[in-house]
Amino acid sequence: MFSCTDKMDFNQYKSISNEGWKAHEKVLFEFEVKDTISLKNAFINIRNNSTYEFSNLYLITELVYPNKTIVTDTLHYQMANELGAFLGVGFTEIKENKLFYKEKKIFPIKGIYSFTVRHAMRKNGAEIVPVYSGSQTLVDAVSECMRYWVSNCDNTHMCVGSTVGPNIFVKICGWSTAQISRELKVQLKSEFKKIPNKIKLINCVGGGSSAYGFWSEFIDYDKKQIELIGVEAGGPKKSKLHAAPLSRNAKIGILHGAASYLCQNSEGQINDTESISAGLDYPGVSPIHCFLKDTKRARYTYATDEAALDAHVMVTKYENLNPSLEPSHAFAEAIKIAPKLSKDTIIIVNSCGDAKKDRDILKERLGKR
Amino acid sequence: MASLINQAFQNAKNENRPALLTYTVAGDNTKKKSLEILKSISNYADICELGFPHNTPIADGGQIQTSAYRAIKNGIKINDVFSIAKDFKKSKKTKPIILMGYYNMIFQYNENKFLDKCKNVKVDGLIVVDLPYPENKKFAAKCKKRGINFIQLVSPTTSSVRLKKIIKDSHDMVYYISMLSTTGGKLKVSPKKILERYSKIKNQNKSKNVVIGFGITEKTIKSLKKADGLVVGSAICKEISNSIKKRQNPVTNVTNIVRRLKNKIEI
Repeated sequence: MFSCTDKMDFNQYKSISNEGWKAHEKVLFEFEVKDTISLKNAFINIRNNSTYEFSNLYLITELVYPNKTIVTDTLHYQMANELGAFLGVGFTEIKENKLFYKEKKIFPIKGIYSFTVRHAMRKNGAEIVPVYSGSQTLVDAVSECMRYWVSNCDNTHMCVGSTVGPNIFVKICGWSTAQISRELKVQLKSEFKKIPNKIKLINCVGGGSSAYGFWSEFIDYDKKQIELIGVEAGGPKKSKLHAAPLSRNAKIGILHGAASYLCQNSEGQINDTESISAGLDYPGVSPIHCFLKDTKRARYTYATDEAALDAHVMVTKYENLNPSLEPSHAFAEAIKIAPKLSKDTIIIVNSCGDAKKDRDILKERLGKR
Repeated sequence: MASLINQAFQNAKNENRPALLTYTVAGDNTKKKSLEILKSISNYADICELGFPHNTPIADGGQIQTSAYRAIKNGIKINDVFSIAKDFKKSKKTKPIILMGYYNMIFQYNENKFLDKCKNVKVDGLIVVDLPYPENKKFAAKCKKRGINFIQLVSPTTSSVRLKKIIKDSHDMVYYISMLSTTGGKLKVSPKKILERYSKIKNQNKSKNVVIGFGITEKTIKSLKKADGLVVGSAICKEISNSIKKRQNPVTNVTNIVRRLKNKIEI
């Protein structure tokens, strides 16, 4: 804490154990205030190293006055720039961040103040509820999610993790995932000085959230400059079942509060789908992608389970990447078209998932690796 | 001439009780049995709702889902639903029947073809769960043109502005969903509160018949008897499941339940 004359009033550091800052661990500081008139600036100094997993930081602070009044704040700080470089100061991998807590604040009461801070960064804080209804696949999970929402919509928002469902939820999800393309644009400009003349953006499409997120900033570009290619799940080579409503000409149907191309039978019953990748195993697709197909802005194709597995093997062999089975579908298309393209064409594949989650399937299909 | 649905409500009113509406799934557990059930329970029910089963029923809880899956597994097709309705109407000419289901099946069948077929087999009304207001305006108008009642749904979270519009565009019957829930949930709102909201809807236009559904069982039906009508669905579907499990005749068991429900609102 500094007075506005830059005289330091109080300065204290506490170290956090090597296991990391636990979710509910509060860090306590106590300090005495004697001067109740002049303005003070208070900072939270945080040191992080490169193992910090986020580009931002949420802190929840509690300031307890000597008279036991409690002031709670939720603070949000940017920790890295758009390219993922940390903003803190330091020549080694340890970066020091001087974060504003209170600017020009008067501490009106003399005595001991206590200040606690905990972070609010959560990776997997959600409660996971297994689905037992229907065929127990993604379509049933979305149905169950909607049923829960129908029953609790007075205090609960629906956040299906894809651009499917009723209108507004498609938009909320799409707006969020669009961050991928906002970052890609910055990265393209820093790599090539400008947006190159021939780009192909290849992404897998299940519900279509990562594809929409990957393309969002580039949809307004001419398709001759930036081609958008969506790769759906073609299912096993020998099976009639698939999850590729766009590329295998399914009819339009209504599911989960939206109209889209939909794998269904002539009665309007939703078809079973089949794909090696759980994330693409959805009979419908985002209405946004139906629009991009109808307007011919994006091109949709599919890759079979086998093609995706082959692509996974090739990519992990030659690149420092470990794509999950979903983006492996996109890599399959990239590998397929690359030999026919001119040298100045730039292919960008969104490797939108890590194969850790697929280790059991990969082991089963590819043997010990 | 007043619609059969209106007449059914009037008859119940004359007897100083709410109308009893039942919901069963067409083809549950077989095509023949579901027709038998329908005919038998219509001796006590005032209006029969017949569900055309969909395999992704997002508004339905476990009981009705089970019934729907069972019916689809037994090979029921939309044309079978029409033939059940037709057979039913042959023997019960004045008993109103309402088809209920999800919009995709109507959309795939073709709206006009579906409604012509409904008119042909003398279906009196339609409830389309996932075709909300105002998206259902055109479809409702098409129903009206063919003398079919389109039944609008309102819920506890329907705003008063929206409620006014829905009531204005509604036909003879309005369906009030008692609580935020899928079908077959436990009644989590007090009957007093439900009836308070019910009166708000009723007061918009006294000539509309407002029914209450969701969470209504033998235990709860009596407490809501001030309404124009009460719908029981999951409790009936559950009884069909139980009967199959116990290898008993679902027709008798379900009829017994409906008779008991009727007794509870008569006194």
